[in-house]
Amino acid sequence: MSTPIVKIENLYKYFDISGGFLEKLQIRSGKISLHTTEVKAVNGVSLEVASGETLAVVGESGCGKSTLARTVMGLYPPTSGKVLYRGERIDTLSARQMLPYRQRMQMIFQDPYASLNPRKSVRSTLEEPLRFHRKKISSKEVDERLAEVMEQVGVNPAWRDRFPHEFSGGQRQRIAIARALVIDPEFIVADEPVSALDVSIQAQILNLMMDAQDERGLTYLFITHDLSVVRHVASRVAVMYLGTLCELSVTRELYETPRHPYTQALLSAIPRVDGKKQNHIKLPGEIPTPIDLPSGCVFHGRCIHADERCKRESPQLLKVSDSSGSLVACHGVAEGRL
Amino acid sequence: MSLLEVNNLEVIFALRHGDLVALNDVSFTLDKRERLGVVGESGAGKSVTGFAVINLISKPGRISKGTILFDGKRLDRLSEREMRHIRGNRIAMIFQDPMMTLNPVLTIGTQMVETLRAHRKISKKDAAKIAIAKLELVHIPSPERRLAQYPHEFSGGMRQRIVIAIALLTDPAIIIADEPTTALDVTIQAEIMDLLLELCNTQDMGLMLITHDLGVVAEVTERVMVMYAGKVIEVAKTSDLVASPMHPYTKGLINALPGHGECDEENRLQQIPGSMPNLTEIAPGCSFHPRCEFCQDICTREVPELRSLAGMDERKVSCHFAGTEQMQ
Amino acid sequence: MQTRRQKIKESYLLYSFKRDKVAMVSFTILAILLLAALFAPLLAPYNPYDTASIDIMDSEIPPSWTEEGDSRFFLGTDIQGRDLVSTMLYGLRISVMIGIGAVILQALIGIAVGLVSGYFGGRIDAVLMRIADVQLSFSTLMVAIIVSAIVQIAFGVGRYEQLAVPILIVIIGIAEWPQYARTVRASVLGEKNKEYVEAARVIGLDSRRIMFSHILPNTLSPVLVISTVQVANAVMSEAALSFLGLGMPVTKPSIGSLIDAGFEYIFSGAWWITFFPAVLLIVFILVINLLGDWLRDVLNPKLYKG
Ligand SMILES: Nc1ncnc2c1ncn2[C@@H]1O[C@H](COP(=O)(O)OP(=O)(O)OP(=O)(O)O)[C@@H](O)[C@H]1O
Ligand SMILES: Nc1ncnc2c1ncn2[C@@H]1O[C@H](COP(=O)(O)OP(=O)(O)OP(=O)(O)O)[C@@H](O)[C@H]1O
Ligand code: SF4
Ligand SMILES: [Mg+2]
Ligand SMILES: [Mg+2]
Repeated sequence: MSTPIVKIENLYKYFDISGGFLEKLQIRSGKISLHTTEVKAVNGVSLEVASGETLAVVGESGCGKSTLARTVMGLYPPTSGKVLYRGERIDTLSARQMLPYRQRMQMIFQDPYASLNPRKSVRSTLEEPLRFHRKKISSKEVDERLAEVMEQVGVNPAWRDRFPHEFSGGQRQRIAIARALVIDPEFIVADEPVSALDVSIQAQILNLMMDAQDERGLTYLFITHDLSVVRHVASRVAVMYLGTLCELSVTRELYETPRHPYTQALLSAIPRVDGKKQNHIKLPGEIPTPIDLPSGCVFHGRCIHADERCKRESPQLLKVSDSSGSLVACHGVAEGRL
Repeated sequence: MSLLEVNNLEVIFALRHGDLVALNDVSFTLDKRERLGVVGESGAGKSVTGFAVINLISKPGRISKGTILFDGKRLDRLSEREMRHIRGNRIAMIFQDPMMTLNPVLTIGTQMVETLRAHRKISKKDAAKIAIAKLELVHIPSPERRLAQYPHEFSGGMRQRIVIAIALLTDPAIIIADEPTTALDVTIQAEIMDLLLELCNTQDMGLMLITHDLGVVAEVTERVMVMYAGKVIEVAKTSDLVASPMHPYTKGLINALPGHGECDEENRLQQIPGSMPNLTEIAPGCSFHPRCEFCQDICTREVPELRSLAGMDERKVSCHFAGTEQMQ
Repeated sequence: MQTRRQKIKESYLLYSFKRDKVAMVSFTILAILLLAALFAPLLAPYNPYDTASIDIMDSEIPPSWTEEGDSRFFLGTDIQGRDLVSTMLYGLRISVMIGIGAVILQALIGIAVGLVSGYFGGRIDAVLMRIADVQLSFSTLMVAIIVSAIVQIAFGVGRYEQLAVPILIVIIGIAEWPQYARTVRASVLGEKNKEYVEAARVIGLDSRRIMFSHILPNTLSPVLVISTVQVANAVMSEAALSFLGLGMPVTKPSIGSLIDAGFEYIFSGAWWITFFPAVLLIVFILVINLLGDWLRDVLNPKLYKG
């Protein structure tokens, strides 16, 4: 494989939620000490996104998918670990040094109602990145470029002077996609781009994104919790649980033979339209918080296959077998008891 | 006669630009033990239907036509006082956001006991006993201790189960669940759906499940009603609807599901073009016609009525060409 | 389609305005008062600043409809023999000038502080907000005493009379900016985590541009609302300061200093010198507050839907 377009190495992201200095002061056993509370949103994730693919990241709410995406985009600095773009480290760059990369990586957000500035017309929303990155561009070129992009995402270029509130959710999401495409990026992080949309609109947007990928050779890091969408768009899938990766595999293989117990439960829970009653795998136990991560395997409290080792030792993401490329982080799978 | 019978319901919101017809000629029935799904685009009027049944349409809105019969009583005619006796007692509603039902500053024990005592003359002790029983029913472990906890001390899934337990307190005949799992994860959603299914069977309840997720509808309900722009456009047995949708919108909806409809060689999903019109600017004729691939002249002029199709009981479609050759 | 958008917004404002009688009446009164203040030199029968035209013999003449009234002076005259109507018009002009000037100053300081504080958060926020708290805990009066003491020492009492308007603007501006800072900060906190701000960061825009061109326009509705009330407050503060002898000099009275000047004579029977300016002040403050309430309801994002 050639150099991956984006490589994430052992990434950690903790959020300090303990507030101001005074709130951190605590008296414990007669001593005053500083005590911080941290949300451990991403815990040692390593991933490679190959050029031209769609890598989906799935997992339940709060497992750190958005945090991962935002850290990759440089919106959050990582607590530790590295983010590399075509082999160059970008997480340590200053805002100015980052600028050339800003043209090559873009992001699409979940909420089409919040991701467009309500006070800016479509034109000024789309113009801004263009004029910012190509200082010399002429007004005529800007106009042509806008018309071209709007055409591509299926928004009538004649509406460029309208404001976001005059559009429906699906149209807004198209405009948000146009904003990402207007400076011709090669890598796009899409954080739940269709979750807020109706099913009939979802298909439009997914098709649009796939068309754009074909035409421009885009690479997607596609964050979602909708497993049927993943199956349709992704070439590979990374399953996250509590900030760690538990399985990384080619899409078809993941759906045919899920190996990690969590992946199995997740897949069994997808409601199926054909109405064949599935046996949902019930996960026992309580959902742990990312503030106090469980010891060992983060999933052990809810896993029916957990044993003593799972409680002590955290499993590594290992290749299951030589024939398949799947990576699974589970002692049970590694030991061959699952 | 069915337990709940809604006939020709019309709900109008009097807005400053004019009237917004949120529900237009909506009729349906719900029986004891029956599970009815309501699906449709955002803004199609699903929630308004639910609210209308319990007479909770908020201010600029009103029920302008139609009847709602529950147990032989005209709910639309009841006074607010009489209605309060039915709402939350005989007909309970579960909202999408559990925090809408739960008061964050009261323990769930207090909230459950108060709810019960608002409808029944019983002692606090007996009320607590019932509360514990209902919490057990929704599989909340060690319910006695849980009564003393506050809503924020529960996880999202547990909170939603507590809301269901509250809805069950008075042994309602009907539960209206408005997107009860949209905010939750699939694993928890599956758990809650299993629970609702079990409760319908064991408690003799009727369930009206409002959702936009066809998968959920297919797993839980027996009958489904598809809404579009304030109208019912198709009613059918769930399995029939999924296997052979008749209305072009329903067809499009099911084919648009990733991993369900057939995709062409480029792996594109089948899509319905356009989006649902604003309810204030509905085109004449069939409200779906601007997006419909089968649209003919007549569709732009005449409103199709919801009619039964020959040879298909329990199925009604509102489309001029449903079941005809043009649509094959 | 800028114009269309404006039309929609305007029509909504207009719509709720037309439905609200209180707002309409308040607005009419306010407009009349503001116009009167603006055109005081044209409207006033006399020029109260022109010492030559003032005759001390005319002092303390009661309103024209009373027995001892004089038809030349509709509301009577004050202790120096100035026509009360004219003096009130000029006074209103000064009060409004100080009120608006002070509010502009407050807004400039407050918006800048609130934006920076809310956007950057952390230490900067903590420091700036503590400064705002300290500022608030000093009453306007204390600021006024300190500033005017300094000015009077620096420029002498004589110059103070000329500089009174800008000085009062500065005093009230400095004393009450934290209101703005807090309001802006609160709405910045709400806006800055919205996805459009992150989208702007993804484009690579710098903080200054994000703050001013993206966040600021979205925080202006509450600013507009408090601005109305702040103008009223500033006029009141000025009146209060004048009442305590720290405001406008008697030679160039504001409404507040008129009330103050007349107050001494209220027990000697010359009630009108205080009464009419006081009524004017109350009406002015009241209509502004009523309009502010209406505006708050109209601009409330929960009530205002697209
Ligand atoms: N800015 C922040 N400050 C503090 N905690 C945060 C912040 N952003 C995220 N978190 C916490 O980090 C964890 C992971 O959040 P994240 O948004 O990445 O989850 P997610 O997988 O995207 O979930 P969802 O599917 O709900 O979007 C959560 O517990 C969240 O509360
Ligand atoms: N209080 C209200 N005032 C004005 N219009 C309203 C009000 N409540 C609902 N509507 C309108 O009624 C229509 C139906 O709304 P409803 O909430 O029933 O949609 P829904 O099908 O539940 O959509 P969703 O899937 O988004 O919940 C919408 O067009 C909405 O704008
Ligand atoms: S490592 Fe153990 S606890 Fe974790 S998923 Fe595998 S079997 Fe379950
Ligand atoms: Mg997220
Ligand atoms: Mg709804």
